[in-house]
Amino acid sequence: MMTVLAASAGSAAAGGTATHAAGGVTSLVQSVDWLAIAPPTLAAVFALIVLVADLFLSERRKPLLGWISVLGLVLAGLSLLPLLKGDRTTFCLTARPEVCSYEADHFALVVQLLVLGGALLTALLSVNPIKDEKLPGGEFWFLLLSSAAGAALLPASRDLATLVIALEVASLPAFALVGIRRGDRLSSEAALKFFLSSVTATAVMLLGVSFVYAATGSMHLAQVAEALTQPDPRLDVLAKAGVALTLVGFAFKTAAAPFHFWVPDTYVGAPLPVAAYLSVVGKAVGFSGLIVVTVKAFPSYSDVWGPVLAVLAALTMTVGNVAALRQRPDRAHSAVRLLAWSSVGQAGYLLVPIASAAYSDDAAHAIGSTVAYALMYAAVNLGAFAVAALVARTHPGNRIADYRGLYAAHPVYALALGFFLLCLAGLPPGIIGLFAKVTVFSAAVDAGLAWLAVVMAVNVVIALYYYLQWTAVLFRAPEGASEGAPEGEVRPARPRIPAPLATAVGLTALVGIALSGAPQLVLRFASGALL
Amino acid sequence: MNHTVMQILLAGVVVLPLIGALAALLPAPPGLKGRNPDQAVLRHGVTVTGVVLAASIALAAGFDHGDPARMQAQTDISWIPALGIRIHLGIDGISLPLLVLTALLTFLCALYSYFKMPAGPSPKAFVALILVLESGTLATFAVLDLMLFFLAFEMVLIPMYFLINRWGGENRQYAAWKFILYTLLGSVVMLLGLLLIGLKSGTFDMVALATDNGPKSQLSHTVQLVAVLAIGVGLAVKAPMWPLHSWLPDAHTAAPTVGSVLLAGVLLKMGTYGFVRIALPIAPDGMHTFAPYLAAFAAVGIVYGSLACLALARRGAKGDLKRLIAYSSVGHMGFVLLGIASMTPTGINGALFANIAHGLITGLLFFLVGALKDRYGTTDLDRLAGRTGAALYGRAPRFGGLLAFGAIASLGLPGLAGFWGEMLAMFGAFKPADGLSRPAFLTFMVLAGLGTLLTAAYLLVVVRRVCMGSKETAEQEALAATPEEGATAGVTPGPAASTTAATAPTAVKEKAPAIPDIAPYEYVAWTPLAALTVLAGLWPAALLGLSDPAVQNLLGGGS
Repeated sequence: MMTVLAASAGSAAAGGTATHAAGGVTSLVQSVDWLAIAPPTLAAVFALIVLVADLFLSERRKPLLGWISVLGLVLAGLSLLPLLKGDRTTFCLTARPEVCSYEADHFALVVQLLVLGGALLTALLSVNPIKDEKLPGGEFWFLLLSSAAGAALLPASRDLATLVIALEVASLPAFALVGIRRGDRLSSEAALKFFLSSVTATAVMLLGVSFVYAATGSMHLAQVAEALTQPDPRLDVLAKAGVALTLVGFAFKTAAAPFHFWVPDTYVGAPLPVAAYLSVVGKAVGFSGLIVVTVKAFPSYSDVWGPVLAVLAALTMTVGNVAALRQRPDRAHSAVRLLAWSSVGQAGYLLVPIASAAYSDDAAHAIGSTVAYALMYAAVNLGAFAVAALVARTHPGNRIADYRGLYAAHPVYALALGFFLLCLAGLPPGIIGLFAKVTVFSAAVDAGLAWLAVVMAVNVVIALYYYLQWTAVLFRAPEGASEGAPEGEVRPARPRIPAPLATAVGLTALVGIALSGAPQLVLRFASGALL
Repeated sequence: MNHTVMQILLAGVVVLPLIGALAALLPAPPGLKGRNPDQAVLRHGVTVTGVVLAASIALAAGFDHGDPARMQAQTDISWIPALGIRIHLGIDGISLPLLVLTALLTFLCALYSYFKMPAGPSPKAFVALILVLESGTLATFAVLDLMLFFLAFEMVLIPMYFLINRWGGENRQYAAWKFILYTLLGSVVMLLGLLLIGLKSGTFDMVALATDNGPKSQLSHTVQLVAVLAIGVGLAVKAPMWPLHSWLPDAHTAAPTVGSVLLAGVLLKMGTYGFVRIALPIAPDGMHTFAPYLAAFAAVGIVYGSLACLALARRGAKGDLKRLIAYSSVGHMGFVLLGIASMTPTGINGALFANIAHGLITGLLFFLVGALKDRYGTTDLDRLAGRTGAALYGRAPRFGGLLAFGAIASLGLPGLAGFWGEMLAMFGAFKPADGLSRPAFLTFMVLAGLGTLLTAAYLLVVVRRVCMGSKETAEQEALAATPEEGATAGVTPGPAASTTAATAPTAVKEKAPAIPDIAPYEYVAWTPLAALTVLAGLWPAALLGLSDPAVQNLLGGGS
């Protein structure tokens, strides 16, 4: 529901500015290319279907909702196919048809694929926890689909109002998702923490957006960019402050330091699939928003946001990796905590090419590195969460120590997790992880940010340490194995692995392996023009 | 031989071990089940490494020895156009010997493990890791693309880490971490250097980069300096160069026998090979600037390694033999680095020769010390030698003889493999390339010469303490130290043994533990190394004839 509102609000905002620009002479009615907006719209429509269907389905039939959602996400993903040429635009100003609020260009399509794929995998991960933990299914699926719709809208939005609304549509359901475990203190606390800090960031960002609007007189990114090339000198400070404050909101979503502190508690408090969702789709929202505003709206202020993002990137990766390094394996929820902190570290790498875009003439090339990296990260991080969800079924504590002997119990899943972790670390056999890092490095070196490359190199080594340590745990003999009858002890604690979970692990592993064999599949984004 | 056949052979040599590693994890197919799963998988390891060895020998046979400077058996396929990474394989006179050495050592290790599986978890993973390790090392020597080189360079880390961590001895976890952190830190820096070269020149192709008027001309002096520094650090950690060597003794001490053999025999070579293949031809200006420093570190490493060994060999120092050989590797690799730093054909040929020689000799020595540990349960020199010496000549004459042979070869006796490489490296330092400070290099050469003396000293001390001594005293001490092991003894007791009966109250009180002499499978694993050591010593031209034209080509800036 919210999303439909968002879409209409976006168009309303666009329409509003259209009136301004056109001075009321030309037609005020914008033509809508429904095919172009199909991906977010389908997700939103299915969200409504699920919400309504929830009212009419008997308790026994509730699992059907999950499959409807999966279907919706698959359809939304398939609706990307007719758009592959990447030349569709809609909600354009009637006076200036080249200025549009929605552009389904290649960048938008790739990020939409990432978002919808991430949401699909999250859905697969959620099917069983909803049943087992007695979570309210109807609400859960509605919220997940709404958030996905917002996240899919964001990379294609090309005016500040739509951006803000898309960001909120993506985030507001996420707060509820984090707190969906009723009566769980940890879950509610996590949701509250997430909500408060997020709202603060949004408020700051709105302030920034209003400054930018005040300085440029337009909401459309293309016009903002134009206006910022020769700003009114009296408004220069205002514009600069606006640019900086706008970035804050997206930096928060990306969980860039110092806006990262909500991450570990939120991830631990949220149901595991939701944490997986936040770590991938939440980040995609943040970085795609950052890319859109920096490259599309503020290219002439690259001397402001370039250094800021470079410092943020260095800070983020260092904070994330050092904190991940300090996780003790026997602490409760240490596995999720480690994934949470490592995702902060990975966010730092994602920021590096965006920062480099400020320094290089070829911004599209640098942005492509972020997109390529994000695709790799999404696949393997979701895979890691999927295996974590699997382990959480037998070990609710989800300590890293619980992964000991996973190889003995589930060799295939242990190998998969080992592969995902090595991909995240960037070591062979995780070839795609290695080359994704190489593209990020090369973006930094290309832009002359040698210091950032060196900081990142140090961080990569730090990260290698904890990823490798976790990998090593997987292959150690299970605890108590030496004290006789290891088989007898393992067998009873080996329940059947639910099919959706197995599918999720299988899919992510397949993607990871396919990408490792043919890294060109995603790395071509790093060489081609995306924007 | 036909070009296509050569191509397939080279690609097969790199890919086969990987497929073998995957196959090792799967259950054995019917008909190949063997006596039990463990035996089947170990046999699988021997088969795969054997096939790889055969393929690499065929490759060597088909190699056009008349033109070793030319890259042969080349395959060049585009892999990741976005980054300009190509699957470019090829061998010349520099990489061919290393390729064969790797295949040989891995095969011998697999064979040795078939009979003597190190204590630890299942052999399945062990075989798979050895095969991945082999693939990574072979790929390092066969690829001609900077990024693939890096990939292969990294590929060996994980298997080696697990080999040490899972099948190692005391302190293995600490040693495995130290190994992987040192090398990772080095290789990440190296990656930056490689990227710098690739981005500034526009290609990652080593052959194109090595030619003078090719993309290399795009590299300014500063870029070359930074690149050599970054790449050099990564390679120097691996080589290892003093003072970045400190992971090596720990790793060697903790690693299982075959791990040590492969680490010393093959993995260290990847570092020095990188210097010859990448740093020298691609960034000669940068290398020229850093050569004196490299040579200085190398010379210090030679002296430091041998002094450390001398200290370990002393009576009462509680020196560990494995650690001692690891330190001796630091010294030997110092010679290799010195040869490279001289930047002359003589020095580099010497370095490449010393590379191979060190692989053969140190591989043999680690096998022997591993076997010694199996026999005695310790490699602590003091506990081995006791008061008068371990008397291996008396108790296990063939074993003692081979150990002495290895030690003598290692100290560089003329007529054995160790001699030529180190002599040529010193010759290179005697007359370094134009523009390098001759007095400095003369000093380094003198230091290296001093190092050879010290090397001779400690190796002779080791031979004296391990191989010689009174058999009777040694047996007495062995009996006193491990009375319960006397039960398994099968050797005629010495007359003095009865006096220790009081300290050995077990049933069989008059027998000292027997030290079994070389077993047949040990002969099989060790003879090729010993034979090649003699062969390379007597006929160095076989190797130098291969490497020299290729070295001239690299130094001359290619065609």
